[in-house]
Amino acid sequence: MKSKFLITLAALLMTATAQAAERVKFEMWHGLTGDLGGVVDQVCKRFNDSQSDYEIICTSQGSYDNALQNAIAAYRAKKNPTIVQIFDAGTLDLLLSEAYVPARKLMADNGYKINWDDYIPAISNYYANSKGELNSFPFNSSTAMMYWNKDAFAKIGKTEAPKTWEETFDSLKALKAAGYECPMAWNYDTWPIMEQFSAINNIPVATKGNGYQGLDTEFIVNKGKYVDVIKSLKKAYDDGLVKIKTPDTGATIVQAFANTDCQVMLSSIADHGTVSKTQKPDMKWDVAMLPTLAGVERHNSLVGGASLWALQGKSDAEYKGAAAFFNFIAQPDSALFWSTNTGYIPVTKSGFEFMKAQGFYDKAPYKGRELAIASLNASPVNENTRGIRLGGFVQIRKEMRDALTDIFANKVSVEEGLNSAVERSNVVLRKFEKTYAGKMLP
Amino acid sequence: MEKRATFAMGWLGMAFILPQILLVFIFFYWPTGAAMFWAFTLERPWGGGNEWVGFDNFRQVFADRAYWGSIIRSLMFAASTATLSMAFGLLLAVACDRGLKGYQAFRTVFVWPYAVVAPAAALAFRFIFAPEAGIFSALVKQNPEFWNPAQNGYHAMTMIIICYSWKYAAYCFIFFLAALQAIPRSVIEASALDGASVLRRVFDIQLPLITPTFFFMLVISITDSFQDSFGIVDVMTDGGPGKATELLVYKIYFDGFRGLDYSGAAAQSIVLMLIMMVLTFFQFRYIERRVHYS
Repeated sequence: MKSKFLITLAALLMTATAQAAERVKFEMWHGLTGDLGGVVDQVCKRFNDSQSDYEIICTSQGSYDNALQNAIAAYRAKKNPTIVQIFDAGTLDLLLSEAYVPARKLMADNGYKINWDDYIPAISNYYANSKGELNSFPFNSSTAMMYWNKDAFAKIGKTEAPKTWEETFDSLKALKAAGYECPMAWNYDTWPIMEQFSAINNIPVATKGNGYQGLDTEFIVNKGKYVDVIKSLKKAYDDGLVKIKTPDTGATIVQAFANTDCQVMLSSIADHGTVSKTQKPDMKWDVAMLPTLAGVERHNSLVGGASLWALQGKSDAEYKGAAAFFNFIAQPDSALFWSTNTGYIPVTKSGFEFMKAQGFYDKAPYKGRELAIASLNASPVNENTRGIRLGGFVQIRKEMRDALTDIFANKVSVEEGLNSAVERSNVVLRKFEKTYAGKMLP
Repeated sequence: MEKRATFAMGWLGMAFILPQILLVFIFFYWPTGAAMFWAFTLERPWGGGNEWVGFDNFRQVFADRAYWGSIIRSLMFAASTATLSMAFGLLLAVACDRGLKGYQAFRTVFVWPYAVVAPAAALAFRFIFAPEAGIFSALVKQNPEFWNPAQNGYHAMTMIIICYSWKYAAYCFIFFLAALQAIPRSVIEASALDGASVLRRVFDIQLPLITPTFFFMLVISITDSFQDSFGIVDVMTDGGPGKATELLVYKIYFDGFRGLDYSGAAAQSIVLMLIMMVLTFFQFRYIERRVHYS
């Protein structure tokens, strides 16, 4: 009796391993951790359960930076994964390399017909080449929103979020007058106030179509409206309308907003879930599109997040698996699963429509997230709003942040700070151009 | 008659040292060589071509005013952390060596900070020093200017110096205690019998006798402060506010690994290596003269 059981067990195990051995295994490296990393694991599991030919092995590298660095090191040692997740600012280096398999080629070679026009234009253009063709798959996507505390705004007689910057500063003033210590929280992040600001107000951040038309682009955020908005923000800070909230001060902007210390913040839609989960009970809040400048027609905001790339040097079978995975995550119900469990938005129109039809956006806690799509779809994509393609963008973001810190600490004037940041950023751009001398932007 | 043990067969000796030579080659000369090569080229992160540019990378590094600021900050950091950590390490070691009440427990406890990895220590200190949540929060409520490392560069620098010294004092403590315990008890007992007070014994007998250790710790502390400060800066300040805590090693990490400017980072690490070599040379040349090896 017992031996029979053991034999059956052994037989079962053998068939199980035989089945497992038949499946083609391939790897994906990503940069998400914690809750989000867990959801990626679930997506991978869903894919593995959905078919029996392939098995994806998803590994978190700890952060976007690590995913990028480790993928580079692995690629140089010819031990790279089949798929890697690369964040927005890492796009250009990869695009200029020969390290990837273009998304279109990968899907065509493996017999998948993808409706490339289904991608939300503001998302696909950010990652596409100059011809508008996608080389990677947009994955976790977000955009910046204004989070506002409805209870606080009710006290100043407002039921809607401010639509322009001018209105925003007036509201902040009123909030201060109504006794709120911290009307708005800010953390020196340039993403909402420089990058998103540029697209929404249709102003370039750099010449040559924000860098899309050539590596000889120059950074130009020390002029015109940028100076004005930083000046207003600085003034608001001096008047006590804006408070700095960073981990060094004791609370992030998200924490400060969720515990009602601060009444407004500009942050990614991906934080929508975090705020819902950590908010003070009974707190009423909502998200709104970022403000525009008064009298400016609203344009689409920029996508943030990361995309998935297929790297070179793998077997045909592994690429087949990768193509199947890309096809899987592009399905509407995958989009629903992904967006439900994270704060990220669907990247395709069909995914968005499917989620709308399911009633996803009708009820709390997901209500409001459709505004992120509306923000991305606010206008047709143009030269100033399709994205920012600058070499060494991580360094440029840091130069801007350093300048802003100095400006807000009164070490330099707004003009001086922005001028020196732009000058230093242009040194980075020239070096990048020289590094890729003779290379054409694809 | 010459008395020296040698191997009859030269190759056997070679075979014994080969593993060590291989290790040194693979983990030291090879990476250094690669860094040297990158420093003179423009390296593309994903490979595929690198152009020879001579000394351009170095010229760019030295033309950058922020880089000189970074050198000065690193020197200040090295001087302050070496002084603080050695002073505290020595103080604790002398106290433990005296065998005060409960010294066995303290002897163990004082070593612990060194076992805490830098980012973990930095995370704890970031919380301790947070103006709104940390130890100064009550004072900050009265006067926001009193302590704000998120905006005041001097505060941020003080914060990382304290954090690093806290950790490194433990390392100094181990070495100083070992050195103190190696001093023959009879010397100290003799001076005690002659009526020398505790402090007199410390200054006239113990400290002079441990100068070799003192010198060793000085060299090691300064060298380490250039390299090991990275984890603390990364977690506590990210080099900010502004560039107030951007030390050389953090700048190398940021430009190379975050910014993917491999060549610029390689040039900077060569410069850092040279700075450390020069510093160490001067220490051996001028300070070691005062050291008496028994």
